[in-house]
Amino acid sequence: MISLDNVSVSYGSGARQINAVRDVSLSVSEGEAFGLVGESGSGKSTVLRAIAGLIPHARGRVVLNGQEMQKHRTKAERKTVQMVFQDPYGSLHPNQTVDQTLSMPVAIHGLGNPDRRVAAALREVGLGREHRYRYPHQLSGGQRQRVAIARALILEPRILLLDEPTSALDVSVQAEILTLLARLRRDHRLTALMVSHDLAVIAHLCERIAVMAHGAVIETTTADALASGKVTHAYTRQLLRSNRGFDRSGAEIVDVVS
Amino acid sequence: MTDTVAWRGWLLDPAPASRRQARLGRWYRAWMAFRRNGLAMTGLGVVLARVFMALVAPLVADPGTANLQVLEDRLQPWSAAHWFGTDELGRDILVRLLFGARITLTIVALVSLIVVPVGLGIGLPAGYFGGWIDAVLMRITDIFLSFPRLVLALAFAAALGPGIENAVIAISLTTWPPYARLARAETLTRRRAEFIEAAELQGASHLRIILTQIVPLCLPSVIIRLTLDMAGIILTAAGLGFLGLGAQPPAAEWGAMVSSGRQVLLDQWWVSTIPGVAIFVTSLGFNLLGDGLRDVADSRSA
Amino acid sequence: MSEAPLLKVRNLRVTYPGDEGDFVAVRGISFALGRERLGIVGESGSGKSTTGRAIMGLVGEPGRVEADEMRLGETDLLRLDERGFRGLRGKRVAMILQDPKYSLDPVMTVGHQIAETHRCHFQSNAKVARAAALEMLAAVHIRDPERVYALYPHQVSGGMGQRVMIAMMLIAGPDLLIADEPTSALDVTVQHQVLAIMDDLVRRRGMGLILISHNLHLVSAFCDRVLVMYAGRVVETCAASRLAEARHPYTRGLLASLPELGRRRTELPQLQRDPAWAMEAS
Repeated sequence: MISLDNVSVSYGSGARQINAVRDVSLSVSEGEAFGLVGESGSGKSTVLRAIAGLIPHARGRVVLNGQEMQKHRTKAERKTVQMVFQDPYGSLHPNQTVDQTLSMPVAIHGLGNPDRRVAAALREVGLGREHRYRYPHQLSGGQRQRVAIARALILEPRILLLDEPTSALDVSVQAEILTLLARLRRDHRLTALMVSHDLAVIAHLCERIAVMAHGAVIETTTADALASGKVTHAYTRQLLRSNRGFDRSGAEIVDVVS
Repeated sequence: MTDTVAWRGWLLDPAPASRRQARLGRWYRAWMAFRRNGLAMTGLGVVLARVFMALVAPLVADPGTANLQVLEDRLQPWSAAHWFGTDELGRDILVRLLFGARITLTIVALVSLIVVPVGLGIGLPAGYFGGWIDAVLMRITDIFLSFPRLVLALAFAAALGPGIENAVIAISLTTWPPYARLARAETLTRRRAEFIEAAELQGASHLRIILTQIVPLCLPSVIIRLTLDMAGIILTAAGLGFLGLGAQPPAAEWGAMVSSGRQVLLDQWWVSTIPGVAIFVTSLGFNLLGDGLRDVADSRSA
Repeated sequence: MSEAPLLKVRNLRVTYPGDEGDFVAVRGISFALGRERLGIVGESGSGKSTTGRAIMGLVGEPGRVEADEMRLGETDLLRLDERGFRGLRGKRVAMILQDPKYSLDPVMTVGHQIAETHRCHFQSNAKVARAAALEMLAAVHIRDPERVYALYPHQVSGGMGQRVMIAMMLIAGPDLLIADEPTSALDVTVQHQVLAIMDDLVRRRGMGLILISHNLHLVSAFCDRVLVMYAGRVVETCAASRLAEARHPYTRGLLASLPELGRRRTELPQLQRDPAWAMEAS
């Protein structure tokens, strides 16, 4: 369903060039949930944006649903893949009501029946009529993220990209959103690609997981392997260790250089 | 009484049932915030008073009265017949003040209607597309920015002849550049926002993104800038009038009135001073209004 | 605790008046802190950050701070005005915030900012202040203090920025450190490092520490005692090591709803909020 072949993204040029993504190749089969985990600067969000078609200057091949994606995507190609962003505060236009935000994609693609579609989308993500005409600042973080999910799904995509969808949310709300995402994925038979820095969250939702650092894929493993600690690369082991929590007795302070 | 309470409840309803209700509720909340600012309300009051004056002028006095010269009555201080006295040609100053308000506000309105679309039309694409479009548009802006207002206005008057229309054109041509810059700056700030990326992801065309996503964000600061600029526009129009380039006599334009009273400034000071005070108060009113609007906008975006 | 508590708070209330009614951010919480580590855990809106700010006197107008008692050692915090608080901040109580990008002055070098703090409190001259700053930078395990002294905030990474913040906040030798989400903006590996440094310094100097966070596991691992806040009230107080035995349904619900690496569950239990929690006595 998703196939990346030597995708690279760099910014700037010459001595100050930053290679955000270096020759990343991976493939995700239909209906699978694939996770990308790494720390900040690892390039995981950039990979996601390259798949979404938000980085026209990305190099390499991106093949979605059998079609190779060009630099500038057509409207039909856009319909195939949608994304839920990390920041529920930044991904909704502050001057538009929920209704307007959800009606726009329907209008762009001329899908018809906007009123019914918007109402159905809201119902699916657990929001009610009372939320439909509110502005983003009148909604809680969890509610905004639900709107973002509704917006992603209203175009009925085949692929859903998730960029740290719960890291800006409270713990209790995170559980609700993760459960919602799992259910929607099942109901709509979506192929999902999720990015996070939190191993537990990724392992909860995804079967196969790739670990990224410094723009490259270090290791590809499964959630089960992570859970049992059977990983090969040292960096992955370090991530697992950190994920276990702070250890007062065992903490070793390392001098930092930069 | 219960009606107002019901209205208020409807506007402040946390679960609006329609777009109209949501939008009106938003405006109402902004108004409530604005109302708390005493100076801003004063500014609003002044502006509304001027608009009222302009509208009411033809009803209070026959338009001819503004130019009615009664030479026996010239240079009279205030009296029962002439509340603000008369000028050097015996014309009632109060009536001329009222009609002058029409001219001032007309100039202000026309300049606004030209400057805002032009400024947005140039600044927005510059900020949105970047690259050479940005460079070209900004260099054009820079060229216009380099003209001092009055000098350009003089040049226009020389070329086209004096008159209100040409004054409006001249003022507009030198006023739009800062708005282009402002629009560009706002666009650059929002360009990488995630909701813009989301719109791109949905397949929205550039035009749709600019019109539906970015313009609503730029408009508040542009409008606020405009109200703050009004003072300058009014003064420029008055300046042109003073130089004989704007409204032509016998039209009752405030700047021209100030100019014509120069000769008698020391003895019959009211002839120049009263229209001067009118200019000052109006400019101040717009300024206070603009400040108040900016405070409300800042608090909402915070 | 055999000695007098370092900080004593009784029935703290923080209210923000607003257009559509008053908003009570903190509703009558009480706790005492000795030279130990106290964790305050809660979600957004629980009032945990407001509590920290109230202790520092940073609740701005039009917010109102009221309490039956709020004492730092012998000092009555309720009677302090802005000048009084300024004498307190840095010298006796310090606060570390979440993101060094926003809490460090971007136009001054980091070393200069630390030195300035020293000069502010001790009226030292430039040389002494610089030496003290370099010493603090070494104390937070920065390998090349001289080089880092001359860097600007945008040139340092998140982890190093937080170390700089810690250095800056501890240079005047306060008794109490309030850390408000000090590691939330950092990567996991870096988080542990910063916490370890805080741990080391707090222990060596015999300071009291209040760690405010939304991360239950972190707080329970790092602190001695934990206060769980919900809707402005404290709903649970317990020793950190015994968090798993928490009794309040909110705490239990929070613990249960966290995804765990070892346990794959098909559905994460959803936290059912009971309105009664917001009204219980603390």
